[in-house]
Amino acid sequence: MKLPSRFGEYGGCYVPETLIAALEELEKAYLQILPGNTFQSELIHYLTEFAGRDTPLTYCRNMSADLGCKVYLKREDLLHSGAHKLNNAIGQALLAKFMGKTRLIAETGAGQHGVATAIAGATLGMSVEVYMGEVDVERQALNVARMKMMGAKVIPVQSGTRTLKDAINEAMRDWVASVGDTHYVIGTVVGPHPFPLLVRDLQSVIGTETRRQILEKEGKLPTTIVACIGGGSNAIGMFHPFVNDAVTLIGVEAGGEGLDGKHGATLCGGSPGVLHGNFSYILQDSYGQIQESHSVSAGLDYPGVGPEHSMHKDSGRVMYTAVTDTEALDAFLYLSRTEGIIPALESSHAVAYARRIVPALKTDDILVINLSGRGDKDVSQVIDLMQQNGVAL
Amino acid sequence: MKTGKETIEAVFAAHTKPLLVAFTVAGDPEYGVSLRIMKEMALAGADIIELGLPFSDPVADGPVIQRADLRAMDTGMNTDRLLDLVREFRSSSKVPIVILTYANLIMRRGISRFYTDAAAAGIDGVVIADVPYEESEPFTKAAEQSGVAPIMMVSPTTSDERLSGILNKAAGFIYLVAVMGVTGARTGVEQTALDLLKRVKTKTSVPVAPGFGISTPEQVREWADHDADAVIVGSAIVRRIEDNLGDPDAIVSAVGTYIRTLKKP
Repeated sequence: MKLPSRFGEYGGCYVPETLIAALEELEKAYLQILPGNTFQSELIHYLTEFAGRDTPLTYCRNMSADLGCKVYLKREDLLHSGAHKLNNAIGQALLAKFMGKTRLIAETGAGQHGVATAIAGATLGMSVEVYMGEVDVERQALNVARMKMMGAKVIPVQSGTRTLKDAINEAMRDWVASVGDTHYVIGTVVGPHPFPLLVRDLQSVIGTETRRQILEKEGKLPTTIVACIGGGSNAIGMFHPFVNDAVTLIGVEAGGEGLDGKHGATLCGGSPGVLHGNFSYILQDSYGQIQESHSVSAGLDYPGVGPEHSMHKDSGRVMYTAVTDTEALDAFLYLSRTEGIIPALESSHAVAYARRIVPALKTDDILVINLSGRGDKDVSQVIDLMQQNGVAL
Repeated sequence: MKTGKETIEAVFAAHTKPLLVAFTVAGDPEYGVSLRIMKEMALAGADIIELGLPFSDPVADGPVIQRADLRAMDTGMNTDRLLDLVREFRSSSKVPIVILTYANLIMRRGISRFYTDAAAAGIDGVVIADVPYEESEPFTKAAEQSGVAPIMMVSPTTSDERLSGILNKAAGFIYLVAVMGVTGARTGVEQTALDLLKRVKTKTSVPVAPGFGISTPEQVREWADHDADAVIVGSAIVRRIEDNLGDPDAIVSAVGTYIRTLKKP
């Protein structure tokens, strides 16, 4: 490898020997193809003409009036596919195509990254196979149908916990045997080097646009930016262009039933270890076996997190916190009713925390919330949960 | 007393090639039967026993070993119990033991502590499925300090430059990954793997042991014809455990019979 594979002490390349050649090939493409004019103009074409960038930075009048500061939403929910995942999937698929690969594989939890990869494969003419935990296949039928409709094959994963974690294991097992013609489109800023770098760079379009947009609208940078964190790709994409500025950055993890109970808050409630090819905070027992995570939101239900976030946690540059399932559900309804925007349950975590910190902000302070995805996929789940809690719609 | 590294070297010097490295998951299907399986392996002629310390997320393993890992973890296998198992086996056998596991289990215990405990229990070598050369330094250093052999993997896609680095660190034997893929029985022997064996053997005097996909006496003979120092057989043994679940005597006898067929000249 030519580049440093770590963010501080985190990251690295913990994979079977058989994968090293493929990662070296990917790193070479990252260094030589990705920055080139030909690739960049193709990528910009797909991001603008196809995916719908720039996404708006929406000033929310009602929420601002209600909360007492200037609230903006970065509208990744309006990106084609309904979430930020496409920034990464289209970029990696295009890179794979430039590398001469013909087949894409991906893992997916809730199905958003699987859908994004299916979209990228369809438009670029590449075959797509998506590994998805059997449990998730059952509870995310709509996204399974969307993937199939666009020609992707969905492979239910029966090993381990039969969720996202095991879908990643299975995709890595496939890749070990198929590296010649196949690229593994990993869905977030985890995995072995150079994936955390590559995905960070592809998602940084979120923060770069936000920075330009807020300077146009307000003539100054935001006071505070809030984003939700599962693996952490929407958050790092938003934060990265602001890390050297005097802007408060806050990452909100899945507190689940609370940090004393079942949760997905890896940075707030985990410890450093190795999972899926990198050294980062993970949820593990005293022997190092990976523990199951829990969140109302499938996209945050993961026992690991990107290594760059682990570095930012230890340095204190980003503040990491968690909100519970219940707070996220409240925020889901709050944003729907206050602004007419139904957020993904993942993004609802960021909205929930923003509501909590607002009393500390002044009227002129600017709060940006990264609205990483839209909530259509979550509507039936939310209705079920409301009925369980005895709340009327 | 010999170190683990010296013990493995002595076995390679004294035994007829190819040696048989027989794999089983520690604690599969449960502790007591696992100990009986190890003893039977030794009796049946296994030259080295490779013991899998099960991990929740074994990305290098196929379905047969994944299921064995789950059986073992469900019946209480963990790092402390693994050390118990090795100590108990050591009271009656000198057959070298190599541990195959994943990075996080070693790091969680503390790398140095893991190797010290391993050496004290009678473990002779450690191979880590998800630690390539680039990440190997802290592990090989601790191995050296404890006398445990750091067993390194090479694959058909390993470049010459990396191969030299890997061979410089390796001791005990070199684990040659014979297929591009995960563990599990396959037919035949791939030409790329035979080419790799030749590449490795010209560069080192450390014994070379192909593994992954080897299950038949024909494959063992083919590797022997190409001068492999040992062969590693895993999933095919584990499958014989799985096929006889619920009947410990049948498990032990099936494993013993199978190993004897592989050891027949």
